[in-house]
Amino acid sequence: MQHSEAAAIFNQDEKRVDWHDETLWFVREKRDKAAFQIPEWEVLRETASQIKNNVLSNINDYLIEFEANALKNGIIVHWAADGAEHNKIVHSIMEKHGVKQMVKSKSMLTEECHLNEYLTEKGIDVIDSDLGERIVQLRKEAPSHIVLPAIHLKKQDVSETFHEFLGTEKGNDDPQYLTEAARLHLRDTFLTRKVALTGVNFAIAETGEIVVCTNEGNADMGVHLADVHIACMGFEKIIPQRKHLGVFLRLLARSATGQPITTFSSHFKKPRDGKEMHIVIVDNGRTTQLGRADFRNSLKCIRCGACMNTCPVYRRSGGHSYHTAVAGPIGSILAPNLDMSKNADLPFASTLCGSCTNVCPVKIDIHDQLYKWRQVLVKAGYTPTVKTIAMQGMAAVLANPTVFELAGKAGRFVIKNAPFMVNNSLNAWSKQREMPAPPEESFREWYKKNGKEFKEKNNE
Amino acid sequence: MSSRASILEKVKQNQPSALSELPNLTFLGLDTFDVLEKYKTVLKSIGGDFVEVSNYDSIIEFVKKNYATEKRIITTIPELMEIATLDWFNADPHSLEDVELTLVKAHFGVAENSALWVTDDILGQRVSTFIPQYLVIIINKKDIVATMHQAYERIGNQEYGFGTFIAGPSKTADIEQSLVLGAHGARGLTVFLMD
Repeated sequence: MQHSEAAAIFNQDEKRVDWHDETLWFVREKRDKAAFQIPEWEVLRETASQIKNNVLSNINDYLIEFEANALKNGIIVHWAADGAEHNKIVHSIMEKHGVKQMVKSKSMLTEECHLNEYLTEKGIDVIDSDLGERIVQLRKEAPSHIVLPAIHLKKQDVSETFHEFLGTEKGNDDPQYLTEAARLHLRDTFLTRKVALTGVNFAIAETGEIVVCTNEGNADMGVHLADVHIACMGFEKIIPQRKHLGVFLRLLARSATGQPITTFSSHFKKPRDGKEMHIVIVDNGRTTQLGRADFRNSLKCIRCGACMNTCPVYRRSGGHSYHTAVAGPIGSILAPNLDMSKNADLPFASTLCGSCTNVCPVKIDIHDQLYKWRQVLVKAGYTPTVKTIAMQGMAAVLANPTVFELAGKAGRFVIKNAPFMVNNSLNAWSKQREMPAPPEESFREWYKKNGKEFKEKNNE
Repeated sequence: MSSRASILEKVKQNQPSALSELPNLTFLGLDTFDVLEKYKTVLKSIGGDFVEVSNYDSIIEFVKKNYATEKRIITTIPELMEIATLDWFNADPHSLEDVELTLVKAHFGVAENSALWVTDDILGQRVSTFIPQYLVIIINKKDIVATMHQAYERIGNQEYGFGTFIAGPSKTADIEQSLVLGAHGARGLTVFLMD
């Protein structure tokens, strides 16, 4: 289903859309408050952007350096060309240890690779341990936001889900009570799992360590109680040196939720004595994106979600309308790289207002890339024919002054004398709005009568 | 060709041909403010608590008064053996599931976000600060730096297997953005600020 169709369904419940919109805007406001407390905020963004530009221009060497240092630290390093290979590697580690259960903390990469579905088919029981992810997993849904996976749900929905799966009291929708129920349920999971999988926020070339940020402490609870830690990362998570974490950790949580830092910023450098640590480095289309000069900047993303919280289209259409692992503005410039035909609608799900670009902590030119993707997609023939014909028609009208004048007259005549011709369901412009009253004349006609030079002419 | 070789080859081929320079970080984090006051304010704002003390006896007294001392309390600090055990460093980490309170020291704290830096050599076990119901961390007042830039300067090339910044108690807002303290880790964090 196209973004616009899914958004139309999401928009049927107006009150709920308003609530969704306001909730995300509230998070955006928290981001602003946090950012304004740092006088050098803009310098920080610029610095982060420059570090990431350096990474992209030297990523080959950094990856080799990272791998060498990780190996020295006793970490086992794997490379996966695509999602399928990534999933196979993860499964082979499970098989090697004869383990059928996994506890997982948040990793958008594994969503992108559809790891859960793959492992479930292989008979492996996967439990997501981030509260929001656990909620959507129980409901057999995908996360609708990269930082706030269950932001599309109300507490009543969570209450019903927990009543069904965790046996909480029917109708009790107190967040404190529901969180406590999840705590008890997941504590048992943490204590019994032998393999823990986490994502990676940053991988440091200089030291071969990785950093994972959570508020709940779920990544750490999983890893420190398991025999095997598997960390999965897209190769763009590399940063050159430890000291660069100072820049990114100041920006990440402030941009994401307005917190000064996440509760836990855990640096995993070596496995515990006698235990195993694996890192899976994944390409899955990233090398292709790196080769697209107009779009490679999207690989600077640190997954804070600020562009989603601020986006007027995301806030009013919901994450699921984007039918891809990463929703919102950043998702819409990443997804066409993975599959142009399936994701051709996404760069059009934007007003190009530029708010995403303004809040991006690493200064990705998101709205410019959305605009550029539109051109690539139209040229490659991935946009609907109706739209192409309409655009060609419009181009013809705008290119010829006589036709333009005639079309204007005809339009004004129709709106005035036969409004039913435009105020109907065939005209997408009349959805959720009335067509405006037609002006008596066009600006051109008015100017002919009132413009300075015409007046002078008339006075002659 | 292995995936490793083919990925690296494609990366090399597709990365921008001109090298972008790394920026200079030395001019960041130079704002001056009262680090101790800032530390306290930020800690409170993210759900943590602090107590100013001058010695370990005051900490022992505070713990006796405010925590369930009949339950299991663990520490890595010998001065606190009156109220907590020190015999768990080599135990199976799962056996710590019934711990009510963990007391550890931090290497240093960061004023701008109230984070505390701990590494496995002062944690006893990596899970020790995540698994208890409540957490106490002790820090010398003089060991508080202003921002994350000074924090990483201080960490430098420090060797560790695991290290983490802890800022406040474990929390979540995944249900309708309602903040709940005590998601999976500690439900409460008290920081003792020592003279």
